Amino acid sequence: MGKANGTLHNRTSKVVLVHHEDKTVISIMSDYQGDLAQFAMVVPVPVVLQRGQIHIGDAAVIRHLEDYSAPRLVEYDDPNPCQMYYPRAMTGPAAGALTAQNAAKATDSARALGVKIEAQYTVGEYDIVILSALQSDGLQTWLTENGYRIPPGAGAALAPYIRDGMKFFVARVNLKEQAKTGLDYLRPIQFAFESPKFMLPIRLGMVNAAGPQDLVIYLLTENGRVETTDYRTIEMPTGTDVPQFVRDDFAKTYQAIFDRQVKLNQMRGVFTEYVWNMNWCDPCAAPPLSHDELRELGVFWLDNRNSPISGGPQPMYRRQMFIAAPAGVILTRLHVRYSAATFPEDLSFQETGDSNNFQVRYVLHRPWEGSPQLCPAAASYFRELDGRRATEARNLADLTGWELADISRRMGISSVTPPSPWWQNLWH
Amino acid sequence: MTPGAARSTSYRRKLWPLQVPGDPRLAQLVVLGTILALGAGLYDFALDPRQILLTFASALIVQAATDRLAGREHINYKSALITALGIALLLRADTLWAHPLAAAAAIASKSLFRARGKHLFNPSCFGVIFALVALPGVWASPGQWGDGPLLAGWIAVAGTIIVSRASCSDTSVGFVLCYGGATLARVLWLGQRLAVLIHRMASGSLLLFAFFMISDPRTSPDDWRGRLAHCATVAALAFVLGSHFYVTNSLVWALFIAAPAVAVWDAIFPAPRFQWEAKGESDDLGIETYPDGGAGDDPAWRARLAPPGARVLRILRGQGERHAAQPHVEGGACPS
Repeated sequence: MGKANGTLHNRTSKVVLVHHEDKTVISIMSDYQGDLAQFAMVVPVPVVLQRGQIHIGDAAVIRHLEDYSAPRLVEYDDPNPCQMYYPRAMTGPAAGALTAQNAAKATDSARALGVKIEAQYTVGEYDIVILSALQSDGLQTWLTENGYRIPPGAGAALAPYIRDGMKFFVARVNLKEQAKTGLDYLRPIQFAFESPKFMLPIRLGMVNAAGPQDLVIYLLTENGRVETTDYRTIEMPTGTDVPQFVRDDFAKTYQAIFDRQVKLNQMRGVFTEYVWNMNWCDPCAAPPLSHDELRELGVFWLDNRNSPISGGPQPMYRRQMFIAAPAGVILTRLHVRYSAATFPEDLSFQETGDSNNFQVRYVLHRPWEGSPQLCPAAASYFRELDGRRATEARNLADLTGWELADISRRMGISSVTPPSPWWQNLWH
Repeated sequence: MTPGAARSTSYRRKLWPLQVPGDPRLAQLVVLGTILALGAGLYDFALDPRQILLTFASALIVQAATDRLAGREHINYKSALITALGIALLLRADTLWAHPLAAAAAIASKSLFRARGKHLFNPSCFGVIFALVALPGVWASPGQWGDGPLLAGWIAVAGTIIVSRASCSDTSVGFVLCYGGATLARVLWLGQRLAVLIHRMASGSLLLFAFFMISDPRTSPDDWRGRLAHCATVAALAFVLGSHFYVTNSLVWALFIAAPAVAVWDAIFPAPRFQWEAKGESDDLGIETYPDGGAGDDPAWRARLAPPGARVLRILRGQGERHAAQPHVEGGACPS
């Protein structure tokens, strides 16, 4: 998907992609904060969309999806060594998101430019046109003449889509309609279509970007995890013990962990942050989405199914080992940082047969607050605790690339040294 | 194998002692094994060590069983190992039993699907397609290698060495050229950046396919014209399936669909059958002949008597090490 120029640059965009048997429903969530009159969105689509194929979504549902699948911290209390523990889940960061678009007003003088207005609708607060074009220059001129502010390099990025027979979904804000909503943000645009292409166009998004951009994609499928077929899909590191102070600023810590993974993989991969059957979660950062919420996002295959999340009972929200029921809906959360250099092509996906769950979680251990004198086991507990803290410090340094000395200082422990080089004691 | 072939092999070894290792499949085993280790270690494939073990066990057991049933003297364990490696590299599953089943189907396909005295399908290719179609919880990840140029270069170099030792590299090179040509044409037609071409052609999966699967001399046409027709067919099919029908794993599908046509190419362009050098491991059903087995008649064999420099030249010219089992039939040696 692509967004036209604006004063703010896109940092993280959010897209929900529901895919089942060649049918796709896409929801695009914009956290656009600027002048609404300047907002514009250009998305290549494989077919001309009818009015009924376009819908305005509910931002709260996407936020719910985001909270549900967010990387998280799990905290365990150390048990009394002289004598069990329970986990507590905490919600991680909602990956910060900003998008920037703009545009202007409409008139059409299309024919001469080889641009055809296939359809025109006002849906919710958006004025939408579906365009087909013969050549990119014409399309770019048309967009510019009609007040959509398109960055200079857009023509070259639009051309391959035109050749490929794609249509363009172009949206901007209808200020009157927007005022009626009484909301101070833009609601997500959704559209549904049928096509064998299971992909997400990202090339337009690179046109106006000053640097790499972040995109979080939520994919809802019936049977298995989704991965990219034209780039590597890499699991984020998970399950590591980290120091307690991480709790104070997990959002920043996770950002550092993600930055480091991107760097280690030369910005050539797509990262898996979450894969889970929507029937349950363990632990849950937020309750799973209800049947109605899933429908709102476009999950259309639950209706005729005798699944626990279809119809009557709502999904389970408690610790639960397994529910032997038809899978129903699998959520895959992918996070990608892309630039034109390392991502020359759009993202293509496949639904795999993999039904294993995956989540990004880091573990905190809250030390037992007793006295070493209480029993012999307590004394050895405190000796082991020092070693464990040093390990936690090194883990965090590995994950984030932060300096060990800084981490030790924040932990309030004596400086942890990096493991000594293998040759240090060789001749001494 | 006929006594003639056996005689010529031992004669060869005596005269050209530097011909070690005699069987390019050993090198292929080492390279594929390294790639698997690299993938599982560095690229973190979704692969359970138990799945790898079961794949190998199953392939070897079924190979031993089919060789015994056919009354062959030796068990073709090298072929089974290569097939097992291919399946472990390509196939992913969330169960333990999918891999051994796929490996068993792959090895069994060599006895079940035959035409003109040789097996139709590349065993790994058959095993993977069988699993994708028939087993639940199974997938293949074409993006698992990414497009790192270093890795791509390494696979291409190792692959080239092996295909030029194993047979003519014409199938691999022909395939890469045809597929690359079609991709380039599409990139130009769509007005995409050339980076798209590089991204596609540097894909680890594409290069592994080109140098370790389609290059299998046992399931390629015998004559070089047949091989070129075969690799062009596979490239065209893979391109159309991938770019037009958005089929995932289009390369493996294309090879599977085009495999039966190999019998047609062999009928149109007859030539002597390829033989690996090791003795008694043939899984062909007694079709090979070596009419009067005189080593001196074999042009490829004569080339080996030439000084090493000449051999290097042959490899550089893409003529490889292929030699005819039937020296009298036109086209058995590599095209020059």
